[in-house]
Amino acid sequence: MSAAQPILEVRDLCVSHGKVEALHHVSLKVEAGQIVTVIGPNGAGKTTLLSAIMGVLPHSRGEIAYLGHAQGEIEVERMVAQGMTLVPESRALFGEMSVEDNLLLGAFMRHRLGHRDEHATMERVFGIFPRMKERRAQMAGTLSGGERQMLAVGRALMAKPRLLLLDEPSLGLAPLIVREIFRIVADLKKSGVAVLLVEQNARAALQIADYGYVLETGEVAIEGSSDQLQDDPKVIESYLGLGGKH
Amino acid sequence: MDFQIALLLGQDGITNGAIYALLALALVLVFAVTRVIFIPQGEYVAFGALTLAALQAGKLPGTLWLLLGMGIAVAAIDLALAVKRGTARRIPGIVGWNIVYPAALTALLWLIKPAELPLAAQVLLALAVVVPLGPMVYRLAYQPLAEASVLVLLIVSVAVHLTLVGLGLLFFGAEGSRTPAFSEGNLEIAGFTIGGQTIWVVIASLVLIVTLYQLFERTLYGKALRATAINRVGARLMGISTTMAGKLSFLLAAAIGAFSGILIAPITTIYYDTGFLIGLKGFVGAIIGGLASYPVAAAGAVLVGLLEAFSSFYASAFKEVIVFTLIIPVLLWRSLTTRHVEEEE
Repeated sequence: MSAAQPILEVRDLCVSHGKVEALHHVSLKVEAGQIVTVIGPNGAGKTTLLSAIMGVLPHSRGEIAYLGHAQGEIEVERMVAQGMTLVPESRALFGEMSVEDNLLLGAFMRHRLGHRDEHATMERVFGIFPRMKERRAQMAGTLSGGERQMLAVGRALMAKPRLLLLDEPSLGLAPLIVREIFRIVADLKKSGVAVLLVEQNARAALQIADYGYVLETGEVAIEGSSDQLQDDPKVIESYLGLGGKH
Repeated sequence: MDFQIALLLGQDGITNGAIYALLALALVLVFAVTRVIFIPQGEYVAFGALTLAALQAGKLPGTLWLLLGMGIAVAAIDLALAVKRGTARRIPGIVGWNIVYPAALTALLWLIKPAELPLAAQVLLALAVVVPLGPMVYRLAYQPLAEASVLVLLIVSVAVHLTLVGLGLLFFGAEGSRTPAFSEGNLEIAGFTIGGQTIWVVIASLVLIVTLYQLFERTLYGKALRATAINRVGARLMGISTTMAGKLSFLLAAAIGAFSGILIAPITTIYYDTGFLIGLKGFVGAIIGGLASYPVAAAGAVLVGLLEAFSSFYASAFKEVIVFTLIIPVLLWRSLTTRHVEEEE
């Protein structure tokens, strides 16, 4: 643990869907410049966790501190304005708009706050995803699965986030593309972006993460550095399968 | 029917069709962004025309009191929320838009004599009174129910419509009004006369449609509105708030409605409740476009205008029946040809 303040600290978080409590007393931390992953089976509450941190879902108990400030009631717009961006599992692209317009809208909040650097940022995003530059005039709805994920991540980067929340970026993608996406996520760390990565593909996630949490039925079952988790017999048995650490 | 009469009816149909097209575009916009079927759209038509007529008659329009009253109501709610949430930085904006602006406009209209101003200035003043009512109606009636179903929002629309028509009767009385034409004279082409105001209506509608297109294609805020219509969740994650998008679309709808009313006020006598029927014909156009396609909605609205004009010649007693019956085959055709697509959340 570094002495600096964590960029995100979730304490004792409870979230309910109607009468069903989906998250029970979850606590986690993301330090500046870290990749932290949350792994676990389907239905463990991983997506719910990200939605609550972003303010898409309200939480019933607990506290979320971002950049050292307790947030109280969370509003999506305020979190975006403070440099937190979520790439949801559905990607939530604007299908009937061009790749370029999708990217521009990623900078909407920065533009509203008076920054006028969206074109320079777009060139940087094109540097990371050259294929998006080739397809800039194409409608987002016509892209392939991998390209859609690249666009979703690229659009999130247009907001110049300090903390990027990624929900299942590997979902439905071919292994080669998964590897490329994870390489890019690992590279983001070098440019100072902290990442909270939710994944079912535990092996790929732990390879690039600094720290990990295993979420089971709405509770943190195991946590530790990614090296510890990759050696943990329970994690190996349930999530990594035969072979364990590579 | 000879050629002369056909041309006359065609001219009539295109003039009305242009107005219906503007209203159809506003209805599609509001529905796409907020899922509200905006029945009160026509009230802005009547308010725009009657506010202009009141200014020209040297009276303070009743819509001004509505603006002041709704401004106070919006400010009271938003100030209470700002204090509760500790967002003091929002207070100047709330007071400025909802209290200071209506008060300043009232003072201005009271001090200057709008009746003696040139027409363009009178039009701008009428728009300045009516257009801000759009976002205020959104704030008071729809924003608290932004997550409600389309049906609930439709019921709210009926309530807003009835309220505004009632207020219209209170403000302007049962008497109709007509304003002077924008310019004197007619245009003669090959022995055929085209009314001066017809040319104004058609050109102004085309300019407005092109402006709207540019707004949606070129500006970031226009793109933000389209994005909200395509994927509400995705738009929120970009920081485009549902409230901002709602207010912006209602602002545009009010502007389109009020401007349409001002355009047709020299051609037809406008009563406090005339807007409803005009708005409904725009709605038929919007339905032809499936409440989704702007170009089809506009074309459909022009078709409604032409159909109305020609049926008024052949079967004038049934002209409204014919126009509204058009909805039935259109709905049948749409339900048979379009696949229902679940909204992506």
